[in-house]
Amino acid sequence: MSGRRRTLVVAGNGMVGHRLLEILVERGATAEWDIVTFCEEPRVAYDRVALSSLFAGATAEDLELVAPGFFDQVGLTVHVGDAVATVDREQHNVVSQRGVRVDYDAMVLATGSVPFVPPVPGRDARGCFVYRTVDDLEAIRSYAIEAGCRVGAVVGGGLLGLEAANALKSLGLETHVVEFAPRLMPAQIDERGSAALRLRIEELGVVVHTATATSEIVRSSDGRVKGMRFAAASPDGATPGDLPVDLVVFSAGIRPRDDLARAAGLTMGERGGIVVDEACRTSDPAVYAIGECALAVGRLWGLVAPGYQMAAVVADQILGGDRTFAGADLSTKLKLMGVDVASFGDSFGTTPGAEAITFDDPVTKVYKRVVVGPAAITGVRPVLGGILVGDATMYETLMQMSRGAMPTPERLEELIFPARSAGSASTGGIGALAGSALICSCNTVTKAQICAAVAGGGCTDVAGVKACTRAGTGCGGCVPLVSDLVRFELVASGVEVRNDLCEHFAFSRQELFDILRAQRIASFSELLLAHGRGRGCEVCKPAVASMLATLGDAYILDGEQASLQDTNDHFLANLQRDGTYSVVPRVPGGEITPDQLIAIGHVAKDFGLYTKITGGQRIDLFGARVDQLPHIWQRLVEVGMESGHAYGKALRTVKSCVGRNWCRFGVQDSTALAIELELRYRGLRSPHKVKAAVSGCSRECAEAQSKDFGVIATEQGWNLYVCGNGGLKPQHAVLLAGDIDRETVIRYLDRFLMFYIRTADRLERTATWLNKLEGGLDYLRRVVIDDCLGLCAEFEADMAGHVARYRCEWKETIEDPERMARFRTFVNSDETDANVVFISERGQPRPAYADEKPDPALLALGRTP
Amino acid sequence: MTITETHAHALAPTWVEVCPFDWLISGRGVCALVGGRQVAVFRVDDELFALSNFDPFSQTFVLSRGVVGSRGDHLKVASPIFKQSFDLRTGACLDDATVSVPTYAARVADGQVQVACP
Ligand code: SRM
Ligand SMILES: Cc1cc2nc3c(=O)[nH]c(=O)nc-3n(C[C@H](O)[C@H](O)[C@H](O)COP(=O)(O)OP(=O)(O)OC[C@H]3O[C@@H](n4cnc5c(N)ncnc54)[C@H](O)[C@@H]3O)c2cc1C
Ligand code: SF4
Ligand code: FES
Repeated sequence: MSGRRRTLVVAGNGMVGHRLLEILVERGATAEWDIVTFCEEPRVAYDRVALSSLFAGATAEDLELVAPGFFDQVGLTVHVGDAVATVDREQHNVVSQRGVRVDYDAMVLATGSVPFVPPVPGRDARGCFVYRTVDDLEAIRSYAIEAGCRVGAVVGGGLLGLEAANALKSLGLETHVVEFAPRLMPAQIDERGSAALRLRIEELGVVVHTATATSEIVRSSDGRVKGMRFAAASPDGATPGDLPVDLVVFSAGIRPRDDLARAAGLTMGERGGIVVDEACRTSDPAVYAIGECALAVGRLWGLVAPGYQMAAVVADQILGGDRTFAGADLSTKLKLMGVDVASFGDSFGTTPGAEAITFDDPVTKVYKRVVVGPAAITGVRPVLGGILVGDATMYETLMQMSRGAMPTPERLEELIFPARSAGSASTGGIGALAGSALICSCNTVTKAQICAAVAGGGCTDVAGVKACTRAGTGCGGCVPLVSDLVRFELVASGVEVRNDLCEHFAFSRQELFDILRAQRIASFSELLLAHGRGRGCEVCKPAVASMLATLGDAYILDGEQASLQDTNDHFLANLQRDGTYSVVPRVPGGEITPDQLIAIGHVAKDFGLYTKITGGQRIDLFGARVDQLPHIWQRLVEVGMESGHAYGKALRTVKSCVGRNWCRFGVQDSTALAIELELRYRGLRSPHKVKAAVSGCSRECAEAQSKDFGVIATEQGWNLYVCGNGGLKPQHAVLLAGDIDRETVIRYLDRFLMFYIRTADRLERTATWLNKLEGGLDYLRRVVIDDCLGLCAEFEADMAGHVARYRCEWKETIEDPERMARFRTFVNSDETDANVVFISERGQPRPAYADEKPDPALLALGRTP
Repeated sequence: MTITETHAHALAPTWVEVCPFDWLISGRGVCALVGGRQVAVFRVDDELFALSNFDPFSQTFVLSRGVVGSRGDHLKVASPIFKQSFDLRTGACLDDATVSVPTYAARVADGQVQVACP
């Protein structure tokens, strides 16, 4: 079709609307079409499914779905912060709120839904919110902080309601969930599953009120929420009365945004939704509707995967194809407040002849129900669906069985208790999966497509497969399976997946650590002899030295160890650009006495050192010669200061804020905890440096969420975050556990740090380690909190050993004349390095630049100019 | 104990005393002042090596403080600043063929390490 360019108007740049644009661009539609999008929200499309991660450290930018420069392409226009206000179907045009008029040849409605707010009196009080957009969450957060909220309630105990409750928890609020139905998540899971879920959620400190109807939101004189009034809906509900709350989130279901379509006279469903046919066309053939606003195959689809399928259908139709939408799978696997919940297929067992196998353990609060159909001719009973609460490890396998992509086991109890020998549920059966098995339901990617990307497409990791097939880029639920598949395919195609430390060891750091432990090897030469080749190098020597330091308790510069250390560790100071060193005494938690400050000042003056406050809440003294180091330290040790390990791959600082002792907002003594943690983990050698912080309240002045571990005070105790990173590639820390006491913080940290030290690669910070850790945060929680590897006792004992053995390396050095004697600039002379020249600037020394001093190349030849 | 001489120079050199051989740690270096030059002296097992202490990449005198090791058949030291490696026998940079540092003869006499002053 040539000649006139045509215009497509898309109303809504949400998840589905944007997917449509992406597919159209990918398929070259912009050669013929000008595509104009109206985006009502003040930001272009973002990942609404991951919305709650905004309360776990993500930023709005992290969620963005629009590739950089996407809208700069020819043929694409986006009006951000402007909504389509009217559609004139006769004239084929739309007019926006800001008055932009566009004539269209085709039009797509992708307007999504709005949260339903039940008509209770007081629902418009200040402090009432819904939970749908980035703006909603930002409003909740700032209100909670500004109004000093303590108690929050969510109206609605469905999937989104529980997510909202989790968000309130993470803001440090006492959280209530009020559900009208007699149980939680009534739409997805059965009564016993709900009961298990409820027990688990209550364990986390959320108060659940079921069978309870909210009859009014009570307001204070200035129009703010101050309480909720209940009317019991059934005899087992809460007593009618008042619950004092400061903040309310309504999450009582969603309604399709069909007002625009209704005003334009399109056919509507009886209970809302824009009626579309199998081509996703509305009653007007020039207008399509997709996503949550569309009533397709007789129902509304409140998930993103069916929306994406509709987007693919409409893109195809617009380009002259004949793809259709025939309904989609509504299976879901979620993590609600850290609790696995999954439901799939015919979960309630409504198929004639269906029976269910159930497992209901009130102790571990795990509930599983697998629905099987009547026996087929082969005698095998097909899996039809199921519900899993508390443990959803079998989800992927069961899903594949229910889709017929994998055979049902002969012994049906294996559906609930997987056979041990078959390996882990997610890996064991992967070879048995049919090529047509749907791996990523969000993006409709099959096993065969992923295998092809690996075998033919040259993808060697999950990131590659994501980029080339889109698998795993939606809800992320399929990522573990994708990663198993990638490994399976690589191994099958004979590619060796190696992670050698360097040319001297054909082992990864993790493998070497296990070898050192298991075989009780105590020196580098022994390790090299037994398991390596050559002489070692600047990569493996310091790495092995670090592991030996973790495992043993020898002074790091004695015997052979001395030859392994990097110059920083060798001189227990940080090498600077001119060959001098810097000295950083430890200042635990950033707390320092006037006497210590004065002592540091004297030392700096006496040795002519440059002083600077570091970014880590302590003081760095620069410009020390090797031979000065022990003398500087003698003075510092005298006033009770010790090594800050700024030179080592070890714990650096635990930053703190002043906390409760001084700050008017502080709810716990953050300084005391920071000091305790810094003293506990000081000197701990690790794969890379470890940084930490403790904040006294959710204002987070210590920036704990950018640290390898961070602790933030709550009214009830502490929230423990892990695996954050500043630096090169900043990454927010993730919540490992909430509202735990001091002892639990320490217990989890002991385990977390030891697990990291044992398994991370060389120079891998915790953030990168977590990103690569198979099973991610869930798995980390299982190891550190649930002790699924049974190693926690060992981790804790190892850490107790470290704490007991710790000694200050500098104190040990200056106490021993032989060790002191190693700190010399020249072995055979007391002269100093003529290449080290200082210039005075702002009243302090700094190393001279090349044009300010003698030519070092001449000096190298022994000539003084 | 073997007595090693590297790069014997044409003219009879003056030998400058550095330190007792026993003082050196295998796989680690020290720096000596030899006729106004900074010389990095390394011991690997019972062999001695002496190179200029000057790292041409960072323009600082630090090579004696690098980690010693091997690459293939080459014994080498890695500069502690930007980690380029230098062959202990030849002084050639293994990461940049256009760069090398001078080497010096070294030996053990009467238990003392000596470096030739050219
Ligand atoms: C002194 C200090 C800068 C200052 O004047 O404030 C500093 C100085 C150095 N930093 Fe840093 N960093 C300093 C705080 C930080 C911070 C801020 C913080 O800790 O709160 C960060 C970002 C936070 C983080 O690490 O997540 C930071 C991120 C880095 C990175 C990037 C790490 C990353 O994961 O991306 C490096 C490079 C590396 O480690 O590979 C680095 C490396 C270095 C080195 C070691 C570079 C080098 O090899 O010479 C610098 C030498 C330190 C020295 O004493 O000679 N420094 N550096 C700070 C010392 C803090 C302390 O008291 O120990
Ligand atoms: C907290 C939360 C968690 C969720 N978790 C999951 C999950 O785990 N799995 C899952 O499958 N789904 C989940 N969902 C649902 C999922 O986000 C939606 O199914 C999906 O976003 C629907 O996409 P959409 O494009 O139809 O609607 P939306 O993403 O809502 O986009 C519609 C957009 O259109 C805009 N708009 C409306 N009217 C106009 C107009 N007239 N002009 C211009 N723009 C307009 C809206 O402002 C909005 O930006 C979750 C939703 C939320 C809120
Ligand atoms: S984080 Fe600390 S200093 Fe900041 S407001 Fe809270 S208690 Fe005060
Ligand atoms: S199933 Fe959601 S991203 Fe693959």
